[in-house]
Amino acid sequence: MGMEGIGAPVKRKEDRRFITGRGRYTDDIALKDMTYAWFVRSPHAHARIRSIDTSAARAAPGVVGVLTGADLAGDKIGGLICGWMIHSKDGSPMKAGAHPAIAAEVVKHVGDQVAVVIAETRNQARDAAELVVVDYEPLPAIVDPAKSRAAAAPQVHPEAPGNLIYNWGLGDEAATDAALAGAARIVTLDMRNNRLVPNAIEPRAAIGAYDPAEEHYTLYNTSQNPHVARLVLSAFVGVAPEHKLRVVAPDVGGGFGSKIFIYPEETVCLWASRRIGGRPVKWTADRSESFLVDAHGRDHVTHAEMAFDADNRILGLKVHTIANIGAYMSTFSSSVPTYLYATLLSGQYDIPAIYAEVDAVYTHTAPVDAYRGAGRPEATYVVERLMETAARELGVDPAELRRRNFVRSFPHQTPVIMAYDAGDYEAHLDAALKIADYAGFAARKAEAKARGKLRGIGFSCYIEACGIAPSQAVGSLGAGVGLWESAEVRVNPVGTVEVLTGCHSHGQGHETTYAQLVNERLGIPIDQISIVHGDTDKVQFGMGTYGSRSGAVGMSAVLKAIEKVEAKAKKIAAHLMEASEADIVIEGGELKVAGTDKSLPFFQVALAAYTAHNLPAGMEPGLKEGAFYDPTNFTFPAGTYICEVEIDPDTGKTEICSFVAVDDFGKIINPMIVEGQVHGGVTQGLGQALLENCVYDEESGQLITGSMMDYAMPRASDVPSYNVTTTETVCPGNPLGMKGCGEAGAIGSPPALINAITDAIGNNDLSMPATPEKVWRAIRAVA
Amino acid sequence: MYETTYHRPGSIAEAAAMLSKAADGKLLAGGQTLIPTMKQRLASPSDLVDIGGLAELQGITVGGGTVTIGAGTKHGEVAGSADVAAAIPALGALAEGIGDPHVRQMGTLGGSIANNDPAADYPAAVVGLGATVTTSKRTIAGDDFFTGMFETALDEGEIVTKVAFPVPAKAGYAKFPNPASRYAMVGVMVSKGTDGAVRVAVTGAGPCVFRVPAMEAALAANWSPAALDGIAVSAADLNADIHGSAEYRANLVTVMAKRAVAAAG
Repeated sequence: MGMEGIGAPVKRKEDRRFITGRGRYTDDIALKDMTYAWFVRSPHAHARIRSIDTSAARAAPGVVGVLTGADLAGDKIGGLICGWMIHSKDGSPMKAGAHPAIAAEVVKHVGDQVAVVIAETRNQARDAAELVVVDYEPLPAIVDPAKSRAAAAPQVHPEAPGNLIYNWGLGDEAATDAALAGAARIVTLDMRNNRLVPNAIEPRAAIGAYDPAEEHYTLYNTSQNPHVARLVLSAFVGVAPEHKLRVVAPDVGGGFGSKIFIYPEETVCLWASRRIGGRPVKWTADRSESFLVDAHGRDHVTHAEMAFDADNRILGLKVHTIANIGAYMSTFSSSVPTYLYATLLSGQYDIPAIYAEVDAVYTHTAPVDAYRGAGRPEATYVVERLMETAARELGVDPAELRRRNFVRSFPHQTPVIMAYDAGDYEAHLDAALKIADYAGFAARKAEAKARGKLRGIGFSCYIEACGIAPSQAVGSLGAGVGLWESAEVRVNPVGTVEVLTGCHSHGQGHETTYAQLVNERLGIPIDQISIVHGDTDKVQFGMGTYGSRSGAVGMSAVLKAIEKVEAKAKKIAAHLMEASEADIVIEGGELKVAGTDKSLPFFQVALAAYTAHNLPAGMEPGLKEGAFYDPTNFTFPAGTYICEVEIDPDTGKTEICSFVAVDDFGKIINPMIVEGQVHGGVTQGLGQALLENCVYDEESGQLITGSMMDYAMPRASDVPSYNVTTTETVCPGNPLGMKGCGEAGAIGSPPALINAITDAIGNNDLSMPATPEKVWRAIRAVA
Repeated sequence: MYETTYHRPGSIAEAAAMLSKAADGKLLAGGQTLIPTMKQRLASPSDLVDIGGLAELQGITVGGGTVTIGAGTKHGEVAGSADVAAAIPALGALAEGIGDPHVRQMGTLGGSIANNDPAADYPAAVVGLGATVTTSKRTIAGDDFFTGMFETALDEGEIVTKVAFPVPAKAGYAKFPNPASRYAMVGVMVSKGTDGAVRVAVTGAGPCVFRVPAMEAALAANWSPAALDGIAVSAADLNADIHGSAEYRANLVTVMAKRAVAAAG
């Protein structure tokens, strides 16, 4: 490992501009003659639009245009799509309702768009939006997924009778029923995975700009995957032809999944710019809008049964989940509670039979889609809450119950599609037990008791799947896109390097880690390497960043391109030094003839490639190579988290005393960035378990937690200083041996905390978030 | 935010005159409630009269058994005042727990009590310490100042100028913050005056700050947390929301009152 190569804790190159306030986000971009959009949004969860009167708004100062769903339909702009087809158990395709970018007939959740006002200033647009008169006929609403299928429940879409989008199954039901029937013990648990609001620090924003002369569109957008946005907006929504649409995702301030999706607002900005004659149209969400219309996360209601034999070995697992999809099917919403969820229900354990059934339902709430972890936190919560519950009911140590059931040989084929390629689950369990001083817990509990506090410890041995792939496999499961990645490595004549990637950095630090890979291979200092991403005019195509894929998939593509550059550079060097190509090695920024003192600095080889004065016969000039990389399998990060808490029995307040995270992410490029990812992920997971909860009013469908005054985000004072470390088994599925680290913390941590709290209070009946009042009541219930 | 006309008067008298001339004027001090409310378009004053910088509203003085704090004094100044810490440490601690550092650098004592948010901290201090509020027109006993949810005894155009807190023999404040907003879900100020009079004032739990006579009587007889064992307020009139039921808040009142007594020593 060099000072800047793979494994070095290099400080992030991009942080200088971020921490000095010089990042360039979508809202920072001001185009000539730009106008501003403000959306008129439904105050009702469910209502029929009788009429819309825009005349007063049109006459208001500064107004350039007012557009409605009727205008959108008149221009034959299509609805938004869900890009992953799921089939129900009976073979029928999922029942997706219409998703217009502006509602024309019926609004289906509070915040649904009914019109857009475009004006010279944002405030003028907002003022005029208040003058749009919408005559609504309010209709009854349903917000609770568990109640949405009742016969009397209000219907969200006529296309989905009973609000059922699909009833999907995975695994062998008969084998699982047989396992349950033959079990010595069955552990049963009902769980709610609470609904979350993503809350990236940068609200979503879009600028649509139409150039009438070229009939060309540009979209600046807070997107995690600009190429996918271009594909969907052109091929499916039909706003602009793909070759006439450029999508730019500049600096993006966090996404956590919420900026994967193609939303109504950017669709409307693009279309509206053409409608008003080509002046750019900018929309920037305020925080209230983010709460109302960004795709939310989680919201599962689950019943699960786990069967054990007399030796405490797991025989089978049966799970039924109701997944709330919200009022519309967001871009990847269908995949989250299916292939990103049920496929992980085997956890780290050797389970012979698993069957999962998922009912995806519509409700009159904001759309629900992928949010950091996307399906895998929900699966981990089910498995790890069951394991802790089982340990208590079976009277065995929770660590030992897990150890007894670990998968120990690889590859391991689970009953739910996944084939685990590598891992050593005991290694991180043992490391975590030691770091957490598990042996000393009883003494700490006794000491806490003397102070009047209830101390508890909880485990989570999570596994997840990153780098969703291969493309052929996900295609066979219903994905509308391939999940490969592309890269281009451009060596400039002076030997500096640009790497173009289809991944997108919105906090991950790609400008640093991708440069570290180039440094490792070519020996070029990272300050001479630029990473280019987020612009469909610069990068040919790519799938973006989500699902912890940018290392395992994105960097593998970069590596493939580097290898092609290396091969060509070696040919040139061999020619110039009159040596055999096979004898050329690249070391420390030089191309050397092995076993001799002959060498050429890399920049001289680059210069030779571009002067083309003396190249091998028949060789094309230049030193620039591209590559596409399609993985052969998912990667499987796994780890053990141990959380220790103290509860104040008088108030029910939880203090997290310690949190130990031992993760196996395979090969690590930058341990400092990985540690930061774990810190952020764990904090999000602890936030879900302790604080965050998105609540709609049952009767009115109004969003009760519509601001930070009621939606409790975790703060620094809510969490302890984490103890983060890693173990390593190399991932055999990609050339760098990487697994991915972006989501693990959010996936593994919630059950660890709930297991710790329920251990402390001696009552397993506790739902997320574990608010002080819930914990206080749970204590009193068993007192 | 809707358009508004901003004024910066040079004196309290000028502020009162500006306010009386405005169609729908509002006083602006620290702006920690008013500005966010205006940004959400939930308030639309025609005029803002900014009294935040008025010299006659600033400052903390201690003397004659009283801590007097100008209405324009920021929470951070009260929290950081050595004079307050020496005279009424519970008051400094209360100010230290308001909002976050940004709020404490902007928010003012006068703004807080004039707004009378049911979950604000300062009303518990004004009532729990038996303070007296001085306005541009008169003085008002702390017990009479807070009249209901977001309501006070202030007349239209009347401006709070200072609050005088008598230095007690003992005082303590304990707060259970709302996990989202960090306002008081329940906050209790207890004090024992130099004359032996006991006050227990509760904020956050009900629609408006209130005293708990049963607790005051128990503490007058026996100043100790244990004296409050078994004494609870009725949940019937308490607030309930997604963060805490009335029953839970009633429990917190007793728990926080005991902790306040323990903090007072």
